[in-house]
Amino acid sequence: MTLEETASDKGYGLLKSYRPYPGVSDELLDAVGQVRSVWRPFLDHLSALTTEEISDRFARGNQYLNDAGVYFRQYGQDGAHEREWPLSHIPVIISEDDWQVIADGLVQRAELLEHVVADLYGQNHLVSEGYLPASLIARSPEWQRPLVGISPKSGHFLHFLSFEIGRGPDGTWWVLSDRAQAPSGAGFALENRVATGRVFNEFFAKANVHRLAGFFRAFRDHLVDLRDETDSRVSILTPGPLNDTYFEHAYIARYLGFMLLEGEDLTVKNGQLMVRTVSGLQPVSVLWRRLDTAWVDPVELNETSHIGTPGLVQAVRQGSVSMVNALGTGILETRALLAFLPRISERLLGEHLKLPNVATWWCGEDSTRAYVKEHAESMMFSPALSTALPFTSAQTDFIGRDFEKFHKGILETWIDSKSHNLVAQEAVTLSTTPAYDNGLLVPRPMSLRVFLARTSSGWEVMSGGFARIGRTEDASAIAMQAGGSAADVWIVGGKKPKKETLLHQAESPFFKTQSGALPSRAADNLFWLGRYIERAEGAVRLLRAYHARLLETADPDAPFVAQIAEYLEEIGVAPDSPVPESLCMMLQSAVISASKVRDRFSVDGWLALNDLAQTANGARRALRVDADVPRAMGLLLRKITGFSGLVHENMYRFTGWRFLSIGRALERAHRMADLLSVFTAPDAPEGSLELLLEVGDSAMSMSRRYAVSLSQGTVLDLLAMDPKNPRSVMYQLTDMKEHVGILPDADENGYLSDLARSLLQAHTNLAIATPETLTPEALADLRDRISFLSVELTDAYIR
Amino acid sequence: MLYDLNLEITYDYASPANSGRHALRLLPATLPGEQRLVSGNIRLTPGPSERRDRNDFFGNAVTDVVFRKSHSELCFKLKARVDRITTPDEFDISPPLHALPRELANIQALHPDEPVHFLAPSPRLPLAPAFAVYAEEHVDAGMSVVSAVEAIGKALHKDMAFDVDATTVDTPALEAFERRHGVCQDFSHIMIACLRSIGIPAGYVSGFLRTIPPKGQPRLEGADAMHAWVRAWCGIEIGWIEYDPTNALRVGQDHIVVARGRDYGDAAPVKGVLRTAGSQTTDHKVDVIPR
Repeated sequence: MTLEETASDKGYGLLKSYRPYPGVSDELLDAVGQVRSVWRPFLDHLSALTTEEISDRFARGNQYLNDAGVYFRQYGQDGAHEREWPLSHIPVIISEDDWQVIADGLVQRAELLEHVVADLYGQNHLVSEGYLPASLIARSPEWQRPLVGISPKSGHFLHFLSFEIGRGPDGTWWVLSDRAQAPSGAGFALENRVATGRVFNEFFAKANVHRLAGFFRAFRDHLVDLRDETDSRVSILTPGPLNDTYFEHAYIARYLGFMLLEGEDLTVKNGQLMVRTVSGLQPVSVLWRRLDTAWVDPVELNETSHIGTPGLVQAVRQGSVSMVNALGTGILETRALLAFLPRISERLLGEHLKLPNVATWWCGEDSTRAYVKEHAESMMFSPALSTALPFTSAQTDFIGRDFEKFHKGILETWIDSKSHNLVAQEAVTLSTTPAYDNGLLVPRPMSLRVFLARTSSGWEVMSGGFARIGRTEDASAIAMQAGGSAADVWIVGGKKPKKETLLHQAESPFFKTQSGALPSRAADNLFWLGRYIERAEGAVRLLRAYHARLLETADPDAPFVAQIAEYLEEIGVAPDSPVPESLCMMLQSAVISASKVRDRFSVDGWLALNDLAQTANGARRALRVDADVPRAMGLLLRKITGFSGLVHENMYRFTGWRFLSIGRALERAHRMADLLSVFTAPDAPEGSLELLLEVGDSAMSMSRRYAVSLSQGTVLDLLAMDPKNPRSVMYQLTDMKEHVGILPDADENGYLSDLARSLLQAHTNLAIATPETLTPEALADLRDRISFLSVELTDAYIR
Repeated sequence: MLYDLNLEITYDYASPANSGRHALRLLPATLPGEQRLVSGNIRLTPGPSERRDRNDFFGNAVTDVVFRKSHSELCFKLKARVDRITTPDEFDISPPLHALPRELANIQALHPDEPVHFLAPSPRLPLAPAFAVYAEEHVDAGMSVVSAVEAIGKALHKDMAFDVDATTVDTPALEAFERRHGVCQDFSHIMIACLRSIGIPAGYVSGFLRTIPPKGQPRLEGADAMHAWVRAWCGIEIGWIEYDPTNALRVGQDHIVVARGRDYGDAAPVKGVLRTAGSQTTDHKVDVIPR
């Protein structure tokens, strides 16, 4: 039976041109070209859909990823870009029985790696007994000497691992690479799952696909159990927003309810790791690091690191913190180790490796080198100490025969010259799996990333994972950086899986997400986010008023118009173009502040803010001077208030929200006091009062409250002193007072903090003022007092 | 030979430092058969908020100090008495250069003194072809390892100019080498890179040097500085020897060892991180007085 017959027999038109490559195994079709039984229900479902239905569904998955803000940072010649997450919508489907073999093999491997790393930082039996060459370990920059001799506080070096595996031509699985430093991808696996589940929603609900949430719950519980005391915290250490997997760090922190920290959030006091929060220093006893060892401590490790925490190694040495994984575990990712692990497994576990790794030869030994030279043509060469994933670098990894093409006759000499720094590996052929291309399924090479977590009942394997799919048939184009894509992995069994979510079931103990104290850096970013947004809103209101008057008079030199322009210039928003660059900068600053607290932000809020910044940039490019600027400003204003509404309606009333609100109130009060001091001056031009009412969005309140005509007194009453007008200085000071009163240490032993005292003073001064005493000078004094509150807030909570 | 040692390092910060953490490697080492620290202490002004002593991987004594109060000046003062015993070996029983790889291949240990730590590029010393080219001009495969070390050390001394203004503590060794200028740290780094590139394990030593006064003149107080030189592994029989390329001589009683490592980064007298916005200036004073 030929492939064509198989496909048409079952009516799988999708498989019309599906032809696996000779000598390569395929996930969908077995050795005789039959669709594997585990794939049939899915294929039946897919075949019943029209091409249009399929593309609608794919679009639904993409929309989800887009809305969830899943992105991927790609590095190109012109810098890094966030690009759309490259989802390959067709999942990789694996039967439960096949999966069990993988899971058993990887659990054994995890045990083995724990033993190896414990020996490398401990007794060094593997080296002294000749199982590992001393010169290989000593050469590796990942064998971190400051960590030698330190036993991990938790009793284990490894808590979270991932393995890159592939299926060889004979159908067996091979380990391609061990990830032990700070494995990434588990969060992306979750997002792939949600997106793919939406694409095939009815089918997924009925298919017996193993769920992922139980894995995360077990690992979260394990980390929570590692804490010393219930009031210390589990935190995730991230290199920050510029890292290519920062999205995942923020996502996992939100998903598991852990605190997301950067190196500068932490400090070490008397050997104890502490987080700087707005309530002072708080102990951190479990740190899940997503930062490579070398960068965590500039005093003892890489001294050029600006993203680390001075003294962190000392905290580890004194046993004050459990690191997940322990510092130094990156040594396990060394490619040359694969050459020695099969023998080490027999020595340490007394067992063969259940799942083999790629056959590997380290060229630092004479006898091995001789063998490698004999078989060099068909071997793959790469740097011995490389910790990169296979198939990620065409510059460093290549097949012997390709080298010969360009450098005839010198391959052997080259191998000798590289010796210690070179490994040779069997050139791996990956299996293929279906990808959807132009209405048809086509075979594409793939490798799987599988995740293991230590739990209270030992190593647990995530029932699923993350498949890397090649762009072409060439296995070396599998890296996402090279245009490859990612797919969900479905483990399918005979029984319906239990429904699981991260929320605890009724029978398990109640677990409250750690709300805890707010890291000072997060407070700072939220405070400034509030200020930038409010500052932008104020600028937009003024610009709208300016342009409206400019349209009326058509004379930029008319005294009143010129005075508004002058004021705008003074506050740094010169109206030299319809959308001044400085306005775009304010919004960009808001985006940057928000990007540093992604874990505290709703996805909707984040999207609204980005949309706002992009709208402003777009308007700046598109608007000509004679355009209807007031209308454009109106649009921006509605987007700003839309964002503010989203944030203030939906943000949980944690301390973080208070800093955001204080930022907004402070900025608004400051701007209004300043405006009043300028536009109520005796020499202020005709029309100033109307301007104040307009910018203060209070024209309606004015006509409702005061039957009398517009006067300086009523304007001051309404915009400075009225406690019920949300645009008045008084209202904002009252708002700030309320927030500050609830902040930590606002009231120490009955004494007010400096901040609370200054705030009370400004508030009282205003409360006892009358429109007559609110001279321009008094208003300027009020403005300066408000401005100083920012300094006091920073001194008290941020520094 | 007994020495009395005084060292004073002062930092002035343009704007006050809010906090700082430093690892100090200042105390002379006790090395069986080579030297003995009779007494020694480090005094700090202002007094630190935390202070703790430990030994690092290479066995160097480290004093970790933490400052949490704002300060605009920082001073480390070392007072020590050291008995220096070592003299260089007279007989060269090191293997020929070509036999060294075989001796190295037999090493199955990662103890701090093992030569395997000192062959690969280290954080401050990436290898570069220029070092290998230079080294190979001055040795041949039949030469003994000790004579190869001395040949390269002498050649560098001849070709390099000692110049305190040419480099800073962070100038890469290759840059100093290309300009053939530098201070003891550069001389040492360059020699280490040359030795490693021809397969001789080599490391960095920081310490003190007694400045021998010219006959009939008084010893120049305060003219001495902290010094650095090179150690090289010359086979299983001899083990490590030390060589001072700045002065072109085998290390003996005039040198006092403080710390050893792969390069300056492992042995730096003061390493640390400050939270300060401004610049800083440093002042060093050293006296090494024979008793």
